[in-house]
Amino acid sequence: MSKKIYKTEDGRGVYGVMAEFPDTPTTFHAAEKVRDAGYSAWDVYSPFPIHGIDEAMGMKASKLPLLVGVMGLLGASLGFAFQYFVRTDYAIVHQGKPADAWQVLIPVTFEFGVIFTAFSALLGMFVWNQLPMWHHPLLKKERFLRTSDDRFIIAVEATDPKFDPEATRAMLTKAGATRVELVEE
Amino acid sequence: MSVLRPDESSARELAGLEAGAPRPPTWDPVTGDGTLTSDPATRAPLVLGNRDFHSVTETVCGYIEKGPGRWWLPAFIVSAKVAGLMPLMIGYLIITGVGVWGLNNQVDWAWDITNFVFWIGIGHAGTLISAILCLLKQKWRTSINRAAEAMTIFAVICAGTFPGIHIGRVWMAWMLFPIPNSNAIWSNFSSPLLWDVFAVSTYATVSLLFWYMGMIPDFATLRDRAALRLIRDGSGGEKLPVLGFQVDRLRANIYGLLSMGWRFSSRHWHTYEKAYLMLAGISTPLVLSVHSIVSFDFATSVLPGWHTTIFPPYFVAGAIFGGFAMVLMLLIPSRELCPGMKDLITRRHLENMAKIILLTGMMVGFAYFMEFFIAAYSGNKYEADVFVYNRLMPPFLAEHIGDGRYAPYWWAYWAMIFCNVVTPQVFWFKWGRQSVPVIFAVAFFVTIGMWFERFVIIVTSLHRAFLPGEWHMFFPTLVDILTFVGSCGTFLTLYLLFMKFLPQFAMSEIKAVMPQADPHGHHHDDRHGGGHGHGDGHGHDHGSKHEPATPRQGGEA
Repeated sequence: MSKKIYKTEDGRGVYGVMAEFPDTPTTFHAAEKVRDAGYSAWDVYSPFPIHGIDEAMGMKASKLPLLVGVMGLLGASLGFAFQYFVRTDYAIVHQGKPADAWQVLIPVTFEFGVIFTAFSALLGMFVWNQLPMWHHPLLKKERFLRTSDDRFIIAVEATDPKFDPEATRAMLTKAGATRVELVEE
Repeated sequence: MSVLRPDESSARELAGLEAGAPRPPTWDPVTGDGTLTSDPATRAPLVLGNRDFHSVTETVCGYIEKGPGRWWLPAFIVSAKVAGLMPLMIGYLIITGVGVWGLNNQVDWAWDITNFVFWIGIGHAGTLISAILCLLKQKWRTSINRAAEAMTIFAVICAGTFPGIHIGRVWMAWMLFPIPNSNAIWSNFSSPLLWDVFAVSTYATVSLLFWYMGMIPDFATLRDRAALRLIRDGSGGEKLPVLGFQVDRLRANIYGLLSMGWRFSSRHWHTYEKAYLMLAGISTPLVLSVHSIVSFDFATSVLPGWHTTIFPPYFVAGAIFGGFAMVLMLLIPSRELCPGMKDLITRRHLENMAKIILLTGMMVGFAYFMEFFIAAYSGNKYEADVFVYNRLMPPFLAEHIGDGRYAPYWWAYWAMIFCNVVTPQVFWFKWGRQSVPVIFAVAFFVTIGMWFERFVIIVTSLHRAFLPGEWHMFFPTLVDILTFVGSCGTFLTLYLLFMKFLPQFAMSEIKAVMPQADPHGHHHDDRHGGGHGHGDGHGHDHGSKHEPATPRQGGEA
């Protein structure tokens, strides 16, 4: 299927359409409908994470925990190896403890693991979400900016193979949208 | 649907679920603001004042956009002046030497380390609220976690200063870290003091990441509000007094930069919540490890009074105890002074925190008792001597029992017992834990008591150790005192700056626990009450109810 490219009348590219919804339940059920209609490049924007929206949107479980777990173990191993090197590189007997005793290395090993976990959780979240992204077509829409306050918006992108300006708009209106707008790039 | 109990209907009304009679202007002395119900079947509302999402945003952002109130500037000026004492005293210390403190040969750790442990302990309540209560799914944490996390960061800043300046030659502080140097001598990784360096710096870093991550959506809210005001009146708006920058332009740029371009996407929220949960999960063992490691500084030594295995859990419980007291000392005045904050921090929140103070206070009291028991039970006479004749025995008792010796610091010990063990007992009673002035008074006593606890542990154990020939009293100098006062000023100044420039509440988290956030309906739909399945069937027949009468559409296409 050849990919359609949509343009506005004045020649700007089309990012997609955004539909405004009045409250949480309507948004939730509209998301289920968009999912069931088979769309893939779309998103729900809400001032807080809606409970269960990941299922309503048909999202897969995040793989971030795997990355974070691996990074945490890597950090702990690096911390242990570093301390072991330091203690045997220029071995000074402190407090009668053998230079290669592993027990004394545990607290700092733990702290290394923690700091790697914490950084990989935050940075991994940024990478997964493709942030920072300070410019976005949606952020140029005045009505969209209210999502950070109390509005609920579902936006379907023009890159979605099922996207069609009229059909998508009709589907969103039928799902309970109070207002549907075109989003230019 | 079942018949509503009278208190439930009022609670629903207060939560904004139902319209009803307007709120009474004064509090009912029995139920406070309506959140202090003793009926376990009734869930107290977390947000009061018939609020919708927008009014929560208005209130929280209002503290930044309109300022927290007219009291803020005078309070800031006073606390900033007090904070100024700290660099002054530290500068004097560095150019003169540690002799300006009251330390002597025997008591070589005193107020410096007392202050360090005091401040680091205060930080722990913030992490407990944000991490442990998050894992335990305690929804009431959402309106206090941001302030508590801020308090953690500022307390750790104050704490971190003291070990840095107590080392004597401050310009050698870099040797705390394992940096390759020309002597080829590395740091001693078998020393708890070095573990402490890693534990505290990890704690500071992870707390900062956690705090920042929680604020990302709220920064985006502030950015969008400033952007909307700029769209509405592009040229107008407030200007900075001297520099002439447009305030909203600055807000849109600075908060926008910090928000990383957050756009409230559900796909983002999905990963964000996972990452947040993992940060909470890793902060929980971290917070327990930090004060355990701080206690190793003492517990691994051979000094009687320090050399005890109970120290790690005892220190952790004490840290949470003292930290909650500090959270209450900050939040109770805040909710009096900031408009609308009483709707977000309810009496129920304060009561819950009072209960945690009671619990951890009992744990601390148990540890105090256990130290005596083990000193007696172990038959170690040095240990027993430290507890009885360094800490416990007041002079008026010594005249009648024992050999007439008394503990020179008996007043510090008994101040600690009174503040930490006796005063929290009023929280057993409803009138105690439900009265705001009583909670504030107890929090005040506990904060003092927890400072004394560290003073008692450090100074009374050190000042009379094994050799009587080395016994010395410790007296603080003016520099000791003013450095501590300065650190309190620094803490308060940073907190006041936080109140003015950063979101004091996690808005997205508060909105998520409001009844309107329930995706299965709250006001219109009793058929689905209690049902939490995401069945497609009920989703579809339901959506049509919301078909707007006259759909308005944008006409750009």
